[in-house]
Amino acid sequence: MTKSTKNSPNMNVSRRAILAGGAALSASLFLPKNLRAQDYPTDAVNTTGLAVTDDTVTVGILHSVTGTMAISETGSVQAEKLAIDQINAQGGVLGRKIEYIQEDGASDWPTFAEKAKKLLVNDNVASVMGCWTSASRKAVLPVFEQYNGMLYYPTFYEGLEQSPNVIYTGQEATQQIIAGIDWVTKEKGAESFYLLGSDYIWPRTSNKIARKHIEKLGLKVVGEEYYPLGHTQFNSVINKIKLKKPDVIYAIVVGGSNVAFYKQLKAAGIDMTKESPVLLTISVTEDEIRGIGGENIEGAYACMKYFQSLENENNEEFVAAFKEMWGDDMVIGDVTQAAYLGPWLWKAAVEKAGSFDVDKVREASPGIELESAPEGYVKVHPNHHLWSKTRVGKAQADGQYEVVFETADLVEPDPFPEGYQ
Amino acid sequence: MLSNSKTAFITPKEAIAFAILAALIFVVLPMALDTFRLNLFGKYLTYAFVAVGLVLCWGAGGILSLGQGVFFGLGGYCMAMFLKLEASTPENTAIQSTPGIPDFMDWNQITALPWWWEPFHSFGLTLIAIIAVPVVFAFIIAFAMFRRRVGGVYFAIITQAIAAILTILIIGQQGFTGGVNGITDLRTLNGWDIRTDEAKNILYFVNGILLFACLFAAHYVRKSKLGRLLIAMRDQEDRVRFSGYDVASFKIFVFCLGAAFAAIGGAMFTLQVGFMSPTLVGIVPSIEMVIFCAVGGRLSIIGAVYGTLLVNFAKTTFSESFPEVWLLGLGALFIAVVMAFPRGLAGIWADWIAPRIDGLFSRQSSSSAAPKTPAE
Amino acid sequence: MFADYSMGELTAIFAMQGFAGLILFSVFVLMALGLAIIFGQMGVINMAHGEFMILGAYVTYLVSNLFATYIPFAFSIYFFVAMALAFVVTGALGMFVEWAMIRHLYKRPLDTLLATWGLSLILQQIYRSVFGAREVGVSIPDWMMGSLPLTDLIEVPINGMFVMVLAVGISIAIYVLMFRSTWGKQVRAINQNRIMAGAVGINTEWTDRLTFGIGCGVAGVAGSAFTMIGSTGPTAGQLYIVDTFLVVVFGGAGSLLGTIASAFSISQAQSILEFFLSGSMAKVLTLLTVVGILMLRPQGLFALKLRK
Repeated sequence: MTKSTKNSPNMNVSRRAILAGGAALSASLFLPKNLRAQDYPTDAVNTTGLAVTDDTVTVGILHSVTGTMAISETGSVQAEKLAIDQINAQGGVLGRKIEYIQEDGASDWPTFAEKAKKLLVNDNVASVMGCWTSASRKAVLPVFEQYNGMLYYPTFYEGLEQSPNVIYTGQEATQQIIAGIDWVTKEKGAESFYLLGSDYIWPRTSNKIARKHIEKLGLKVVGEEYYPLGHTQFNSVINKIKLKKPDVIYAIVVGGSNVAFYKQLKAAGIDMTKESPVLLTISVTEDEIRGIGGENIEGAYACMKYFQSLENENNEEFVAAFKEMWGDDMVIGDVTQAAYLGPWLWKAAVEKAGSFDVDKVREASPGIELESAPEGYVKVHPNHHLWSKTRVGKAQADGQYEVVFETADLVEPDPFPEGYQ
Repeated sequence: MLSNSKTAFITPKEAIAFAILAALIFVVLPMALDTFRLNLFGKYLTYAFVAVGLVLCWGAGGILSLGQGVFFGLGGYCMAMFLKLEASTPENTAIQSTPGIPDFMDWNQITALPWWWEPFHSFGLTLIAIIAVPVVFAFIIAFAMFRRRVGGVYFAIITQAIAAILTILIIGQQGFTGGVNGITDLRTLNGWDIRTDEAKNILYFVNGILLFACLFAAHYVRKSKLGRLLIAMRDQEDRVRFSGYDVASFKIFVFCLGAAFAAIGGAMFTLQVGFMSPTLVGIVPSIEMVIFCAVGGRLSIIGAVYGTLLVNFAKTTFSESFPEVWLLGLGALFIAVVMAFPRGLAGIWADWIAPRIDGLFSRQSSSSAAPKTPAE
Repeated sequence: MFADYSMGELTAIFAMQGFAGLILFSVFVLMALGLAIIFGQMGVINMAHGEFMILGAYVTYLVSNLFATYIPFAFSIYFFVAMALAFVVTGALGMFVEWAMIRHLYKRPLDTLLATWGLSLILQQIYRSVFGAREVGVSIPDWMMGSLPLTDLIEVPINGMFVMVLAVGISIAIYVLMFRSTWGKQVRAINQNRIMAGAVGINTEWTDRLTFGIGCGVAGVAGSAFTMIGSTGPTAGQLYIVDTFLVVVFGGAGSLLGTIASAFSISQAQSILEFFLSGSMAKVLTLLTVVGILMLRPQGLFALKLRK
């Protein structure tokens, strides 16, 4: 199982599918051609009673704007609104302006399920951009499957899921983890790892995959530990780390705990810029660094698919547009970018299908490409995840990452990785 | 619906109050709301079970528990475990490395069902467990504390800590409990698909009937000698003790009863919402449930139901119309209830509306629907 | 499990782990002292205690920004200004809350719980509206973030030292206030018998307000200090509530010494367990032990008579 970097055979399959299925697609997507609504009569593009009129289409945005998760989800809401604005400025989807109904999941999973149902049943939205935590996604999943909705889910997550009603625009665990561990072994000569995480499914599953991969490489895991969400005292585990002297601290701490962990790590004299040990995380985006403080995490490495500092034209435009809409002091993390992809991927699928019907959008989704993605280029895999590159960034004192590595090719998403379960 | 249960222990005025509530729950709401909203109200009503239990424990008995979410959660988890096992047939879970066990266990490399999941293959045992597990748990807590005469604030804080412990434990043992995600994707109850609109409607009515059963039970307790003793204990515990009553036993009983109500509510929650998660066990929901009870009027069994409906309805409406500011409104509501209306909706009813209705019943002697002093 | 380590390493680890326990102890003391005053002396269950702490943290954040913008040369000492200001601001808010809300509820302690819960929701939303839903990064002067290497293995974090010194300082200050000042005498008098205290001419209303203000002010200072080790966000305050109440109750409400003793035993237990077990289980076991002991000894470690 070294799927992470090889991808050409499958690429070809997908390419063929695209050639057969939608040759005109990429042209129609990215050279904004004004599709006029009258060319797509409402009766024809909406046969299932969605909220589509002759000049508007309604989608849902479902994130927590209150409660503990609001910290993380705010960026996703902003990115989704930006994407919708931009799409509308280009003439909308099938000539129809996107309108959105925003609901608050309030960091509470039953509320997410309730609001998802409201969006699908009462508002008949054509698609939903939303959810952040795995728990909220698990809570809404049966609702989306029952009422046949379409969810664009932005967060990097643990995998082990593949629903016909979800498009996963973030990376699943193997995409994020394997390339990073390969990199740190090769470049930094790491031989022993200390795995650390917040106590819930994503860190645990990710660490499980990490451990399997580390052991496959013939290297050693010297410790593995989980703390409750919101834990703020890490001195004990820092002592254990000092004692075990691992080459790499592999940290998947989330939320407020992050701030406590990195501040205490620095205060305990572990200077990450000296890279002994190397700190590799998959949970700290630029968003989190704002809370942690760049000076406290300087020198740590993060492994994900997107960093704000990526140098390409798409990204420069995206960052500029984002800051113009939400303010100069905004930072953009991996998930924010993935959330930005949601409305664009949906638009592409709708236009490829020539219909808002969820079934047709689903059918059209595999093979959709997005050349304009800030992360460079993504493509939807038949398993509803995205092909994407994996990158390693080094945290700078100013709160940005400097990209030090990226995979040569797109990494194939593999939500049910054999040999890693 | 009420005629057969209208017995001597109910005064005409109370009977009318029950009848109005029954009309609201069984006639008005189902007619006025679509299935989606009705299901929402069904969810709210599951919290009402807890609030009714709190009226007995807190309003009547002076025992404030900040850990009712524990019992709600235990009842809900028992039901969820049964439904999850039913949903995890070897056919449904064929892609797992160990088919036939719940999906989250498979993700956590558990290869056999833990022994304490086994009883939940049986619906009968599950029904017993839904009541028995929380009640036994409540009994242990109550026995330890009330025998040592722990009460008031201490009891509140200890129960709160228990809620915190159970949440961390459930989240930490995710291989056995589903962790922070909870137990999700529940589908059928003994082969009956609980996700269809029809099923939701039926469950709503089942929920309503069970709620009324609990309401009557609570009303019976309030009217019985036990209920009067509880109030006496709340106000002057020592005197009751000196009169020869075993104060602790009464408290233990009423706390266990409250736990049983909460557990039924939890089980109905699982059935109607389709999953159970640790967020319903923790401190925040536990305190919210106390607030439902306070808003309704902590001494009024029926008020507790209205309070639950009102707060939840306000929460949903606020958060739909003003998602960014609904906490302000909710916070203000709590403060207003405590400061201005310590007897909640029931107090407003007793002070403003009941006197006017009393005119119609001037021949009846006025009953003690709303005692005058708020609880400690 | 010790076989892998040399004697020197073991000593170092025990030293560092003991030190980690002491830091945790100081954190608990800082969290709990304010509540010990409010809950222990006044019987008010202040569920918004965590939000008062976070207010202190936000004040620190604002002060750090002010210093960085206007008087950058003094940045290295801004923290002391911030803590003083945090005390004043949270104390003032506390006195306002006492005046507007709490004083009407002294006869109904359980109701203070509900009202302050409502208050905590409101404060959270205000923080969110003013400072944004995201955590704010409070920059700490460099000298406070380093560590002093004692040996190869043992390193003493300066912010940990700082928290310890602060905890000791505030404990002493409160002790002096409580047992050596007129105010302290009045508080204790009111605690023992409110009516008699009023009858001998103590202005109970004002004393209550001051007491509540001081309790909140101490919470603000604690919050200010925690910017060094924790996060500052609208909902961060809720994380502290359970631990804080348990520390106070375990110590025996009303006894400041009890609060300190309980903070010490809980923190040491947790810190030792954390070393041998995984973090989550350590937390569960610690809490379970505390609850278990409280069931056996409900009055806590140090029992005092409470105002009924």
